[in-house]
Amino acid sequence: MAKTMLGVEVLTGGEATAHAMRQIRPDVVPVYPITPQTPIIQTFSRFVADGKVDTVLLQVESEHSAMSAAVGAALAGGRTMTATASQGLALMVEIIYIAAGLRAPIVMAVGNRALSAPINIHGDHSDGMLARDSGAVQIFAENAQEAYDLMVMAPRVAEHPAVLLPVLVGQDGFSVTHSAENVALLRDEEVQDFVGPYEIPYPLLGERPSSQGLFAMPDAYYEIKVRQVQALEAAEQVFADVARAYALRFGRHLGAIDAYRMEDAERAIVLIGSTAGTAKDVVDELRERGEKVGLVVLRLFRPFPHKALADALGGVQRVAVLDRAAAPGSFPPLFADIRAGYSGSAELRSYVYGLGGRDTAPQDIEKVFAELQRPAHGGIRYLGLTGEDQHGES
Amino acid sequence: MIEVRWHGRGGQGAKTASHVLAVAYLKEDKSVQAFPEYGPERSGAPMLAYTRVDDRPIRRHCAVTRPDIVVVLDPSLTREVPVTSGLRQDGMLLLNVADPGEAEEVAKSYPGQVLGVKADHLAKEAGTRFPNVVLLGAYAGWVGTPSLEHMAEALVEVMGHLPAKAKDASVRAMAAGYAAGERGRADG
Repeated sequence: MAKTMLGVEVLTGGEATAHAMRQIRPDVVPVYPITPQTPIIQTFSRFVADGKVDTVLLQVESEHSAMSAAVGAALAGGRTMTATASQGLALMVEIIYIAAGLRAPIVMAVGNRALSAPINIHGDHSDGMLARDSGAVQIFAENAQEAYDLMVMAPRVAEHPAVLLPVLVGQDGFSVTHSAENVALLRDEEVQDFVGPYEIPYPLLGERPSSQGLFAMPDAYYEIKVRQVQALEAAEQVFADVARAYALRFGRHLGAIDAYRMEDAERAIVLIGSTAGTAKDVVDELRERGEKVGLVVLRLFRPFPHKALADALGGVQRVAVLDRAAAPGSFPPLFADIRAGYSGSAELRSYVYGLGGRDTAPQDIEKVFAELQRPAHGGIRYLGLTGEDQHGES
Repeated sequence: MIEVRWHGRGGQGAKTASHVLAVAYLKEDKSVQAFPEYGPERSGAPMLAYTRVDDRPIRRHCAVTRPDIVVVLDPSLTREVPVTSGLRQDGMLLLNVADPGEAEEVAKSYPGQVLGVKADHLAKEAGTRFPNVVLLGAYAGWVGTPSLEHMAEALVEVMGHLPAKAKDASVRAMAAGYAAGERGRADG
């Protein structure tokens, strides 16, 4: 491995992501700053200014424009990346649907953050969930190392001929974007070789000029949409293949699902993002006390890896699904997905946690595992609420 | 795992200090984490930063609520902010003081170890206005890890963008802090 890797550095998730972008050398990066994504673009634009990468950095007047420019650049035939968060992602969503429909393989780094109001700059997954049905692939990192690795993997998923869709690589705002930790970077040439050249079937600036973004009447729209849906479904296998290739080459395997100590688990938590690390610590502690508990972390959220998740849950009896986003008026997104696709015998329970950056401590995770020993609560439970609101649990 | 909480005022370098300490421990093959607590950022307002260090990979991303060590960068903060909140009873409290009596005063209400270092004064003597580098040196001298050599290397790396003169002054300030920390360890 020594040949492919540089030494370990202390980098934030945002900085590590910017390094991945520098090493991938995208042709075009249209950007608009927003916390907590800003360190990604700030670091990357410094690389551009210092001549360390020859990307065209387009500074535009809004995220809507950034995403629109990205669609144009990607379809013209340039490898295109951008980064955003929260309200910025919300403003991009209109164009992400268009990018997916036009099959523009744009890689987007997201510093996942709460949506207003009230205004809040801290981490949760509300922004990612807003883009859930856009048709983009959506991946979430647990820590800075994964944010880097998934960013290096992302172009091969996005640009695969069976996929050709935008890929959102999420990392929790602040707890990953701004947390400096041990990160092992790959060598620049290794990344470039792994990612390969940018090739799409019909680039506007290619040998065979094409028209893109045309009108589709009822006789054609439906077929085009279903092919787009199928392309997103195909991304599950492509992601698995890319993850395997990455593991073979660099020794780190980031599959769709990270099953932690699930072998003989009776109780399990399923969640997404940086709280996974805290939960792993708790699983280890409870295992030392003889409790059969485990954790399943989803890296791939869209397409949803239903089968891999069911396999990971195996013979577990009770499962707490922890969502870092709400879906007012119904069950939260991760829980709803699992309930829809899971036909195993485990009892599923829904929790919401960590909205607007509310800290989730090891004790909170312990509490969930303890509650899983008791009869079902029904409805949705809100983890980590204070004071009178606790009684608001349904 | 060692968990360190840094108290400073916006602009004093608490975030930088938390990062330098992490880089220094990385040089001793530790797993590290450094992060500030973000609120409204205003120059001069009290702020917090954290460093985690462990022999095993650090996986948790939750807040530090029970630090082992607290470092206070500004003498006026002990009167304004509950700096010992959550600090382990057998922990260590490193203070920037204008007068050694201030540390003795704090020690009356905290059972763990307390060390006061005249960081502003030592910084000025070395030709810098930042107490954080003095306290980083004092940390290494008092706690016993990381080595002064690794701390100084980490400082120079993190301050890579600054002119050589500023770096030299900071390394001198750090050495002065280290000596004060070592004396504290001998006395403690």
